[in-house]
Parts: sequence; C-alpha cells; structure tokens
Amino acid sequence: MTKTSRKGQQLGGLFLLGCLLFNYPMLAIFNVRETLLGIPLLYSYLFGAWALLIALAYVVMERTE
Amino acid sequence: MLRSWVVVFASFGYIGLLFAIAWFADRRAREGRSIIANPVIYSLSLAVYATAWTFYGSVGRAAHDGVGFLPIYVGPTLMILLWWFVLRKMIRVSKLARITSLADFVASRYGKSALLGGLVTVIAVIGILPYISLQLKAVSSSFQIVLGYPELEMPRSGNPILQVTAFYVALLMALFTIAFGTRHVDVGERHEGMVAAIAFESIVKLVAFLAVGLYVTFGIFGGFGDVFGKAAQRPELARLMAPFSAEGSLASWAWMTVLSMLAIVFLPRQFQVAVIENVEERHLKTAVWLFPLYMLAINVFVLPIAFGGMLLFPAGVDPDSFVLTLPMSQHHEALTLLVFVGGISAATGMVIVETIALSTMVCNDLVMPILLRWKRLNLAARSDFTALLLDIRRGAIVVILLLGYFYFTVAGEAYALVSIGLISFAAVAQFAPAVLGGLYWKGGSKAGALAGLSVGFAVWFFTLLLPAFAKSGWFGMDVVDNGLLGLELLRPTQLFGLRGLDQITHAMIWSMLANIGAYVLVSLVGRQSAAEHSQATLFVDVFTQTGEAPRVWRATTSVSALQALLGRFLGPARAAEQFTAYARVRGLKSAQELEADAGLLNFAERQLAGTIGAASARTMVATVAQEEPLGMEEVMTIIDEASHVIAYSHELEQKKQELEEATANLRAANERLKELDRLKDDFISTVTHELRTPLTSIRAFSEILHDSPDIDPAERHRFLGLIIKESERLTRLINQVLDLAKLESGMAEWRTSELDLCEIVGDAVSATSQIFKSRGVSVEARLPDRVPPVAGDRDRVMQVMLNLLSNAVKFSPSGTGRVEVRLAVETDGVRVDVEDNGVGVSKEHQGVVFEKFRQVGDTLTQKPAGTGLGLAICRQIVERLGGRLWLQSEPGKGSVFSFILPLAVRQEQAVAATA
Repeated sequence: MTKTSRKGQQLGGLFLLGCLLFNYPMLAIFNVRETLLGIPLLYSYLFGAWALLIALAYVVMERTE
Repeated sequence: MLRSWVVVFASFGYIGLLFAIAWFADRRAREGRSIIANPVIYSLSLAVYATAWTFYGSVGRAAHDGVGFLPIYVGPTLMILLWWFVLRKMIRVSKLARITSLADFVASRYGKSALLGGLVTVIAVIGILPYISLQLKAVSSSFQIVLGYPELEMPRSGNPILQVTAFYVALLMALFTIAFGTRHVDVGERHEGMVAAIAFESIVKLVAFLAVGLYVTFGIFGGFGDVFGKAAQRPELARLMAPFSAEGSLASWAWMTVLSMLAIVFLPRQFQVAVIENVEERHLKTAVWLFPLYMLAINVFVLPIAFGGMLLFPAGVDPDSFVLTLPMSQHHEALTLLVFVGGISAATGMVIVETIALSTMVCNDLVMPILLRWKRLNLAARSDFTALLLDIRRGAIVVILLLGYFYFTVAGEAYALVSIGLISFAAVAQFAPAVLGGLYWKGGSKAGALAGLSVGFAVWFFTLLLPAFAKSGWFGMDVVDNGLLGLELLRPTQLFGLRGLDQITHAMIWSMLANIGAYVLVSLVGRQSAAEHSQATLFVDVFTQTGEAPRVWRATTSVSALQALLGRFLGPARAAEQFTAYARVRGLKSAQELEADAGLLNFAERQLAGTIGAASARTMVATVAQEEPLGMEEVMTIIDEASHVIAYSHELEQKKQELEEATANLRAANERLKELDRLKDDFISTVTHELRTPLTSIRAFSEILHDSPDIDPAERHRFLGLIIKESERLTRLINQVLDLAKLESGMAEWRTSELDLCEIVGDAVSATSQIFKSRGVSVEARLPDRVPPVAGDRDRVMQVMLNLLSNAVKFSPSGTGRVEVRLAVETDGVRVDVEDNGVGVSKEHQGVVFEKFRQVGDTLTQKPAGTGLGLAICRQIVERLGGRLWLQSEPGKGSVFSFILPLAVRQEQAVAATA
C-alpha cells in the first residue's frame, strides 16, 4: 500500500468520524441544559469535537513516516 | 469622537494597503519569486470563504437559534477531508485542460459545450446575487452605524440614505475590483496579486474578530463562564443552550452541513482560489488542517458576543450588528474602527474574488462565444482581442455589482444576513451533480448535465428566490400563499405538501431530487457524442493518464496562421515565445520547422483556452483550421489504432518470450556442442592411441625380421603370424571406427525387413561355435519354436549377436565357461539374453561399459581384450532399431547382456501413427 493511498484512507475514516460527531444522535445526547466548567455542554462538545477532528487531520497530514 | 472623515480615511487607507500588497506580489511573480507559492498563503486565501456573513452574520444567527451558524463551518471542515480525493482531481484536470473557471470546467467536461458553459454562468451570476447583496448590506449598514457614533442608531428599513450608501459601496467595489483584477489578461487566469491581498485580508478579519471577541468576553464580562452564567438566568437565552427542540431542527442542521460542504467547492470564488489559483497540489496537505483551524478560531467568540449583546442591549438592536455595536457601546473608538475595517476586509475579499471569477465566466463562457458566433460582427478576423476581453470583463463586474445592489433594494432588507447567503449556497449546490458526476462517472452526458442544471435551477428559483421577492413586497404574496395557478400543491414553500421544514431544507430536498434525477435519467437514456466521450475519459481517468488530451483536430492549416491567432489574444511577442518553446520541446530548432499537425493545433487550443475558455478557444481555432467533426469512421479508426497498438504489444510480448526460449535452447545446444566437441577430441585421441598399439607391434616385428635375415624359420613364422594378427586387429579397429562414425552421423544404410530372431540367434551361435570350442566354453541356445517377427536390418542384428557372443567368450573362464542364449516374447517386443558365468562387471562400471573405448579392468597391466567399440556400436544399432540394450551383472558371478527389439507390426503402426 502506497503512502498516499494510506493517507487517503485515513482521511476518509476521519470524514466518517466527523459525520458521526456532528450528527444525530450525538447532538441529541448533548442537547441538554448542563454546563461544563461554566460553558453549556453542547457548546463545549461541538467545539471540542471540532478541535479533535482538526488535530487528527494535522496528525494524518503532517506525520512523517 | 469618531469622525466620519476618520472612518473614510481608514477605509481608503486600508484599500490602498491592499493595492500595495497586490502590486508587490505581482512584481515578485514576474520575477519568478512567487510569494503565494506557499501552503500557508494558500490556506489563508481559502479563508475568503469567511465573508461579512461570518463577520457580522454569525452572531446574528447565534442570537436567533444558538448553534445554527456552525454547520456553515462544520460542513467545509468535513468536506476538506475529502478534498484529498475530490479537489486534487479537479486541480489535476484543470491544469491539464487549462480550465479558467467553474463554467469552463463544466463546459469542458461535457464536450466543450458552449451552451452548457453559458447555462452555468447564468446560474452562477443569478445565484450569487443575493450573496453580493449581503456584502453590500453589511458594509453600508455598518458604515451607517459607525457614523452615528457614539449613538446607537439602527438603520431603518427603506431608509433612503442606507440605499444610497449601498449604491456607492457597490460602485466603489466595482471600481476597486476592476483596478484589481482586470489590469491585464493573464495566461491561465491566475492572479497572484489578488491572492496575496486576499490572504492578507483573511489575517485582518481574523485579528479584528478575535480582538472584539476577547474584549467582550474578558473586558466587558469576566470570561466564558461569566457570559454563559448570566445568560442562563434569562429563560429566553437559556433556551439557546439546548436549541434542538423544534421538529426538524436536527434535519435542518444536517442539510445545512451538506449545503456548506457543496458551497466550499462550488462557490465560484472558492473554485477560483482553491483550483485555479492553486500553485502546487501539495499545498492541499497543509490546507486540510489549517483552513478548518482558521474557521474554528473565527467562530470561538461568536456565542459570547451574541449572548453579550443580548444581555447588554434592549430588543431594538439588530444582532447582525453586535460585533460593531458592542465596542461602540463601551466607547472604545480604536476597537470600533478595527472592527469596521475588519468588516470591510471580509466583504471586499468576497466581492473581489467572486466578481473576478464571475466576470471571467461571463466573458469566456457567455459573451465571447456569442460574439464569435455572430457572423455579422466578423469578430474572428479581429487582430487584437486583449482590449476587448478586458472591456467585457470590466463591464461584467459593474453589471454584476449593480445587479447585487438591485437585489439588495428589492429583497435584501427583509432577511437577516445568513438567510440571504444561504439562498446563494443553495444555488451553487446545483452544480454538484454535474461536476461530481462528471468527475467520477463517464456516462454523464451533456444532455444530462443540461437537464439536471436547468431543472435544479428552476426549482431553486421557484422555492427560494420567488418567496424572497414576494416577502419583500415586490409583488404580492398571492403565489406563496395560494400556490402557482392557485394550486395548493404548488406552493413554493410547501411544494407538494411537504411541511415542517425550514425553507432552505425544503428547497434543497426538492431541487437536489430534481437535479440528480434529471441528470442521471437523461444521461442513461441518451447517447454521448465522440467529443463528449473523449472529454469524459480525460476527466474521469485523469490520474491514470499520462499523455496529453486526446487529439480530435485533424485539419490542415499553416503554422503562421496559428501563431497569428494566438498573437491576437496573447500578444504577438508572447505567441512567438510560446511557439518557440513548443518547438524546443519537440526537439526542433525554431518555430519555422514546426508542422501544423494535430499536436500543434491542440497546443494552440490549450493556450487559447487558458485565456478565453475552452468553448471559445475551440471556436477560434476552428476559424483557422477547418475542424471536421469526429465521425463514426474516425472514431472507429482511433479505436482500430488503439487495438492495433494493443495487438502489437501483445505480439511483442510473445516475440520476447519466444526469443527467450530460443536463447535458452541455443544456450543448451551450445553446451551440448561444446560437450560433443570435447567428446570428439577425446575420441580422436583415444582412437589414435588404440591405433598406435597394433602399429607399434607390427613395426617392431617387421624390424626384427628386416634386421635379422638369418632368423630361425619357426621364429620367423611366429613373428609373421603376429604381424598378420595385429594387422587384422588394426583393420577391425578402423572398420569399427568407420562403422561407429557412420552410425552416429546417421549415414549408415539400413535395410529394414521382418526378421525371425530364432533364426538369427541360431545362425550366430553356430557361426561362433568354433571360437567357443577353441576356448573350451560351452554354449547353449534355448529358443522357442516360434517368435513373432521383429523389424530390423538382418546384418546389423547379426553384428550385435556376434559381438555379444564374442564378448561372452572373452570374459568366460577357459574350460568351465558356460554361455547361455535365451529368447523370450515380451509385451513390447522380443528379448534376447546372453548370459555368461565370467568375471562380471561391478555396479559402478555397468553404466560405462557401453561407452566408446571404455574397457573394464586395468588397461595398464592387462592387454586389452578388444577394441572397446563393440558394445558402443551394439547399443547404437539396437537403439536405432527402436529397442534397448542393457546389462545385469554381479562381480564374480557373471553377466547378462539383454536387448529387446520391437515387434514388426507395432513398428509399422507406430510409423503410421507418426506419419
């Protein structure tokens, strides 16, 4: 397996992960009036998941093998 | 006090700075030291996605429904993960086919269709108008608000001053864009200066937004927890912290995500910066994470600002203006100015790139094809097009911005910023089936793309644009309320009775259904033309192809005519330069040596396509080179040639294998020859050695007789007897060598007939009975009465028998020796055994006794008992007759020499079978 196709598959996997994180039912689970460190839970979740996705994309693209 | 002249001065100062950056980048590009060939600049230029919508509108949307602004940025974050597949392919195709815009891309994919290019252009221009009006609205109202400083006055709808401001903003932006993007005609429509300025603008708007975000969160309030904590105590704000309650709100979120996923690829300005202005494919690698990071950063403070604004302001303040009004309310002049400049930066960035991209499309794919086809203008004969091209583009920019202004006056004020923008997103999403289908499905046809685009656009117009106009009161709400023609099923916002969805989701569902359905259905039903098919292959298989575009020009023209044609669009000097470069690549010294073949025509077409688009380039080249459409015959010829090539390569492959086999055979033959040569040498040296032994005896005895005349007569007689015996041996040896040579070379004569082995064996035994008697060895022949006849040469078989019998005698002990000859019928022939009770042959010697001159025993001490050729000759004869000769023996107990000869009948059958 070439490096490029491996990278492509990992990105495809991230895409699916992103579709899961930003969709029903995950959003419905966090759609409650709770707070995390004073920040509404849904907001923390959305920005946290977003940051996680970006971090993973960074790891996939910039890791030198 | 923030005076109006300060605001105006800051705005123009900022725009001047942009010009300086663009000028610097252009100069560096000309020097070949591009500053935009950098993955970070590429990622920042992609951030032209963040417009006034993001800068002002996100907060407004957040104040309305909490997290509803987020799908617009989550969608692109997801999509960019797929860019590695989708966008990389689009970039590759665009560089190969010299694509200049989205319309060009679609037209080129479907057989360079001018009609399709025009349709895409019309959809793009109409679809983007709301988006441009959004920018005008944001800039003009922010200008109005800032002028009111320190009072907070919201511009009221229908305010004539606001409309006048918007008009001036539109005109200024048009002038600005013209100065920016249409100074000269670039090859390939790349604008380095523009990209550099856009990247800078992305930094400015991010810094401005982060500044106001930090100020509101940590300056006015005491951090995130403080803002959200205070908001949670107000029930109408606490509702926004768990906003997915209404029916369909999660579906709406999902559709919004899909919509923005498509927008990030199909907005004309995104296509421009991501595909056309892309310098290197690998810049995508950084953009995949850096661009989402930018979007995350610019969104972090949206919610605190929205809640801050709602906590501090009375209900009358428009949430779309919170970003600006919050610092104003705290009398923070510098920050207010920074925010205002940031807003201008976000809006101008969008307007510049969008209108440049649209004007290129309008010029290359709408106006030029029409003008060139308009015979009466005789435009094709014009010598210089550069000025005309620039004028068309300048005109297009002004018209597009004025149309945007027109939309703003008609429909702009009834909606919030984000709602206006989403209408444009839904419009460009209509390109998705034709473009994505075109990239991955060879079957997608021109007719299918035309059908899908028209139907999708019509549904979009009916379900989104029409209600927008109606809502703003431009014409009555009659159609919206009661449906088209009074039919309830045809209500634009509840088409076919679909309710419970927001407008965008509703429109997306119906338009995508119609668009994809029509595209696939028409593509499946209809047939593609040859040109369409060749382009489809070029696009879909771009990663597997290495060569150039398929050659469909098969016309004759002159090189000078082509060069003149190119000169009219690129300028004569550059055309000459390109032709010389092309000739160099072809290994020719100058452009004069070029031939106007299909390759050169293609080259010229691609160069032109980089300036005026694929469809127009085709028309232009057709004016000098009578292009003949690819008929069925040509296609068949091309296919024929292709299959010839394939057949030829198969043939080559086969030849190669044969050659390898032949080489292996030759090598083996060579080895064999060497071996034979060595054997021959051995043979000759052995033969000469064997000949010398009797000769030496003869000579020695002859010399004795010669030198001693008085020798005893009895002695003399004995010597003469020895001489005769040795001579006989010599003769025998020579005869046998000759015989063997004959046998081996196949020169011997064979008289094959049916033989009765009983008779031959009997004859042989009686012929040798005298020798047996003299040696005192008994011989016995056990023969059946009859055996089936065998095929063979009588003399030769007799020779074998005599040889075996004389051998048996030779090695049997004198007196007690006993030799037995047996004859037996086997399945594959008649077998003859000659058994003796002599010394026998040890196991290791059994194999070599049949070789030439190999005599078993110590040849140094014992006088050789034979010539050493007898058994070799026997084996040759038997094998030549189709039989076998072998030996079974134990030392001290004697030996059995056996041979088997095939039956005469079988032999004939075998001959018949092979014949």
